[in-house]
Amino acid sequence: MTHETSSHDHVPEQMPGRAPGHGHGHGHGHDHGAHTHPLPESGREKGAVRGLLAGMRTTARTMTKKTATRQYPDERPELPPRSRGVIALLEENCTACMLCARECPDWCLYIDSHKETIPSETPGGRDRQRNVVDRFAIDFSLCMYCGICIEVCPFDALFWSPEFEYATNDIRDLLHEKEKLGEWMRTVPAPPDLDERAPEAGEVAAASKPARVQRRRPTQ
Amino acid sequence: MSTASSISVLDVVLRSFAVLVCFMVLPLVLGQVEHKVMAHMQGRLGPMKAGGFHGWAQLIADGVKFAQKEDIVPRAADRPVFTLAPAVSMFSYLLALAAVPFTPSLVAGDLPASLVYVLAVSGIGTVATLMAGFGSGNKYAMLGAFRSAAQLVSYEVPLILACASFAMAAGSLSIGGIVHAWHPVWLLWQLPGALVLLVAATAELQRPPFDMPVADSEVVLGAMTEYTGLRFALFLLSEYAGIVVMSALVAALYLGGWNGPFESALGFVWMLLKTAAVAFVILWVRMSWPRLREDQLQRFAWFVLVPMALVQLALTAAGVIYTA
Repeated sequence: MTHETSSHDHVPEQMPGRAPGHGHGHGHGHDHGAHTHPLPESGREKGAVRGLLAGMRTTARTMTKKTATRQYPDERPELPPRSRGVIALLEENCTACMLCARECPDWCLYIDSHKETIPSETPGGRDRQRNVVDRFAIDFSLCMYCGICIEVCPFDALFWSPEFEYATNDIRDLLHEKEKLGEWMRTVPAPPDLDERAPEAGEVAAASKPARVQRRRPTQ
Repeated sequence: MSTASSISVLDVVLRSFAVLVCFMVLPLVLGQVEHKVMAHMQGRLGPMKAGGFHGWAQLIADGVKFAQKEDIVPRAADRPVFTLAPAVSMFSYLLALAAVPFTPSLVAGDLPASLVYVLAVSGIGTVATLMAGFGSGNKYAMLGAFRSAAQLVSYEVPLILACASFAMAAGSLSIGGIVHAWHPVWLLWQLPGALVLLVAATAELQRPPFDMPVADSEVVLGAMTEYTGLRFALFLLSEYAGIVVMSALVAALYLGGWNGPFESALGFVWMLLKTAAVAFVILWVRMSWPRLREDQLQRFAWFVLVPMALVQLALTAAGVIYTA
């Protein structure tokens, strides 16, 4: 108590030091209000009977309030957008680079791929090769939902989805192939807005850069 | 209302049946109310599925579940004592309920000293707890029985002293007679006695905050540790029947029973409402307060409740002499 009053006494001395136009009168009144309305004390400090009555008051007040229970199967839960429900795969972005499979601590990712040759678009051009994913599967009976695969994916092919209702009667049915993982993409929420005054995303910066100017050769 | 010789066999059967119906219905209603009230006091919903509307049939479903369970008697148990204990427990409050008047005429057995009778037969429940505790062959059951015995010995004293105050104020040992003599002044005059009665009744019922004998975290339900299935359900039923009986007793002695507007027609409604109010307080206290320690419990009985009850007795005596 003595500590509180002494700190309170210091407040006016510090007031002139504040920046002008801060509204020091209002600020002082606010501080004062915070000190005269202390947090509710437990009943112990006020005697047994008042403590007991405080307990009864609390339960009675809780009874008249709305309950916290959500009737889950009848009522959808409101999950936070970053809930770690299941891992979804955007197959188009996957290059079968295997980084996720290498980093997975549980070894629950299964990736098979083959190389395909893309013929050149212009005559006489060089043929290109790319990886095609044959199989991408996650065994959710092994997965520990650490999210390292999502963190490590350089091509944004893996996403967290809040979807959680995929329990099965058989543990072997928890091995989900890329078709199922792709279906879950629909449940992936949009990425959260950037913070105020945050730099814009790297993709946007790259796209809005002026096109590279062809350097002229000195031969003329 | 009528003398014992004039009661026919049919009358006895009908009255017994009515008491049995009350005994089966009122504790279930109370139990359901406790489920819901406790849930809402803790910010929950409680049972919502059984029976459709807000889980009204939850306790019936529980009863069906209990009936399906295996009936286990431990090898170390004293079989006849063990199997008989739930029945004894149930019968004590069944007998007590028979003497509780809901209106001057609506009472199964109108006894001249029904207050003494109710206190006496509700004490049989203690015997059942002791039978269960000693007969189970289990150390937790034994500890629970010891605690129960110690608690009931302590709290019978203030309970009976408080009841004696009401009997003295009314000049009658019959609950009906006490309700007849009731006057609104009693709400103030008998307040300390009523508090003692309510607290001692809660302790007698081994309800929180006086539930050391059945504390699940200390002695795993005490005397009920080894019970399963229907026998366990009977213990629970008798616990809630006990709350009904004790609430009815407080309602009749202190709140004036059927006294109220239109009492000739709505007397039993008043009695039921007052009983429900007292029962609600007993439930409310359970949700709000933590359990007392065993020694705190004994101190409270002997150093607070007994002196308070004695002061009330003196107060009542002074009042009776002054008004006489």
